[in-house]
Amino acid sequence: MSDITSLHSALVSRILEGEGQASPEIRRAAFDNEGLAEPVRTFVDKVAHDARVVTDADIGTLRQAGLSEDQIYEIVVCAAVGQATRQYQNALAALSAATGRN
Amino acid sequence: MRLAILDHGHGVRAKAMFALIRVFSGHPVVDAVKLALYRPSFYRGGSLTQEAMRGPSDWSVADRELMAAFVSKVNNTEFCIAAHTATSALAYKDGAKVSAALADLETAPLTEPLRSTLRMLGKLTRENNLDVDDISRVLSAGVSEQQIKDALAVAFAFNVTDRLADVFDFAIDDPAAIKAGAKYLLGRGYR
Repeated sequence: MSDITSLHSALVSRILEGEGQASPEIRRAAFDNEGLAEPVRTFVDKVAHDARVVTDADIGTLRQAGLSEDQIYEIVVCAAVGQATRQYQNALAALSAATGRN
Repeated sequence: MRLAILDHGHGVRAKAMFALIRVFSGHPVVDAVKLALYRPSFYRGGSLTQEAMRGPSDWSVADRELMAAFVSKVNNTEFCIAAHTATSALAYKDGAKVSAALADLETAPLTEPLRSTLRMLGKLTRENNLDVDDISRVLSAGVSEQQIKDALAVAFAFNVTDRLADVFDFAIDDPAAIKAGAKYLLGRGYR
């Protein structure tokens, strides 16, 4: 049967600990959607909870704050994977509880 | 595309690949492919998506493509709705079934296991969490534990991809390119 467990772990390791232009600290904070300073905090929360409403102006604000395109790219990927990971792990925990395998 | 690097920042090999795609497909390179080939040592989500969408499963490829379209509908991500509606319709050879599922899950001509699974994925995508009762209802509809895991893997892949498509502002392709993309995804997958 299909199993993304090891691919998921490798993905998370790559984006949080692999080579990147944003610091490991900011990538981890974007993944967790926690502990970020403005303007990145508001932006990451939008990526996590309402990505549809992100605008050109939001990206412009990050550029004005001195972030490069590659840094913005990495922050977006970390925020997206982080939010999807929280959903996924929450659902797997509910599945374990429902099937009696904790 | 909101970041110029995703349009023009690729290495020589990726640029050569884009030229081949343009020549052989007769269509522009879609933004999802530009993202997939940008700095593959960093994100490279294709292998996980391939396993979720094409790995061994009791769900058919058509079912999983419908799950991808459905999650994208809940996220309101136009690019992914279009791409995976077309791919699911092609895989089922039944566009009406896919349209009905996306228009009204409760009345669409689907099996109860698939309907209950889509309902669960919709709640997870909207509310970010599930409880034991949500899972129990899906198990009671005859869905196995492994099928639930497989469906959650699809939802994970598209809850990432939808966010990236929205934030980077993927262009919506014309209908002919969407159809060509669907044929490619069925023939070659996500690698």
